[in-house]
Amino acid sequence: MNAHLQLNAIEKNHQKVKALDSVSLKLKEGKIFVLLGINGSGKTTLLRIAAGLDEPDKGSILFNDERIQARELRKIATLVFQKAVMFNTSVYDNLAFGLRIRGISEQEISEKVSAALSSVGLVDFEKRKAKKTSGGEQQRIALARAFLLEPRILLLDEPTANLDPNNAMIIENAIRTRRKEKGTIIVMATHNLNQAKRVADEIIHIYNGRILETASTKEFFNHPRNEMSRKFINGELQF
Amino acid sequence: MVLTATIIEAFRQALHLIASGNPEVFSIVLRSLYVSGLGTLLACLWGIPLSIIIGLYSFRGKWLIKNFFNAMLGIPTVTLGLLLVMFFSKSGPLGFFHLLYTTNGIAIGQAILITPIIVSYASSALGATDMQVRDLAKTLGASDLQANLAIVRETKWAMALSIISAFNRGFGELGIAMMVGGNITYVTRMLTTAIALQGAMGEFAFAIALAIILMTIVFIITVAINILERLHKS
Repeated sequence: MNAHLQLNAIEKNHQKVKALDSVSLKLKEGKIFVLLGINGSGKTTLLRIAAGLDEPDKGSILFNDERIQARELRKIATLVFQKAVMFNTSVYDNLAFGLRIRGISEQEISEKVSAALSSVGLVDFEKRKAKKTSGGEQQRIALARAFLLEPRILLLDEPTANLDPNNAMIIENAIRTRRKEKGTIIVMATHNLNQAKRVADEIIHIYNGRILETASTKEFFNHPRNEMSRKFINGELQF
Repeated sequence: MVLTATIIEAFRQALHLIASGNPEVFSIVLRSLYVSGLGTLLACLWGIPLSIIIGLYSFRGKWLIKNFFNAMLGIPTVTLGLLLVMFFSKSGPLGFFHLLYTTNGIAIGQAILITPIIVSYASSALGATDMQVRDLAKTLGASDLQANLAIVRETKWAMALSIISAFNRGFGELGIAMMVGGNITYVTRMLTTAIALQGAMGEFAFAIALAIILMTIVFIITVAINILERLHKS
């Protein structure tokens, strides 16, 4: 059975503001879902709930048709943050953190770390101080750190925001390779239409905490069903 | 001119006291280090867990507790010393522990004195640490406890500095050492109480010599921790 994550009527309020309003989605492995929306539309809130970092106020989450709690979700899902967060240690220890928690032997960790760094073009970075690397390198380290845990659900919150085109391309390629190699549910948030076109198999358009449209990339860009989606694609959306 | 001569004489005496291995001076220095070390250890035992609770958890009354420790930062040592004498005296509620006029009694007093330093500084450092570190640890599979430990690791140098500051405060205090310890020769005489005694007796050179030793120890410890911190950051 292909792995799938189902969000049913998720609601989330930040104080009195409705961040997510009746969000229902079904996300399957083998595809890259791009969560597309303007800033403040609810992308990060949705990813944090899907990662098990926040609890929804209402609604339920199912993984492979079984209800799953946030704590359990965190064991199978990993979120890569918009601004890469690094522990104040070496690159190696940053990558090893999750594996050590899982009780994996140091020899296996060493092999996995090297392979993961290689997959994002950071060979021989193990001994460097993670916080001393550049922004682009940190985001690639964050991606490698998520990859080597082999999560069933990989969530990426605008992972290329503020990066130069070269670093953005490396990250996009690494995500595409991941989709081909592993049966992982991949969801990436972005507000960048061109990136969505390049990376996505399916587009989820979110606006004001509501899902306006879900469609294949081709369908979304060529024949948007929702008027707001059409405006967003044409740059006519009023803030 | 007299003052300059006194200071020069004090330095000469300090060097002589150290070089000659004066047994009284060495016993005072070692006793002071032992008492402040024990006091710091005790303060860490309850101060660090308290800092973690205050710094990392939200609960009712947290603001009040934090402000209590902030207010306690400036408590006069003689006030605390007086309270401890009342508690430790034979007729006091803790008299059966026989802590009055003992080094352990001074250590406990210093531990109480420096606990607010550890709690205030360490909890602020923990609270100021990017909460994204907690999210990061959790999204990599850490439990709540493991995520909190990751934050503690991130702030270990700030915590070390708070502990060193606390040690230095205890090492340099006079009121508790004098009132709880009683300044008994070869029993509870500390660097600060010895300095006070020598000063009162008009033995300024000897008092300044002891003060130089005290300041040197504080300086060496502070510089050492700063060097370690810099090495860690580079």
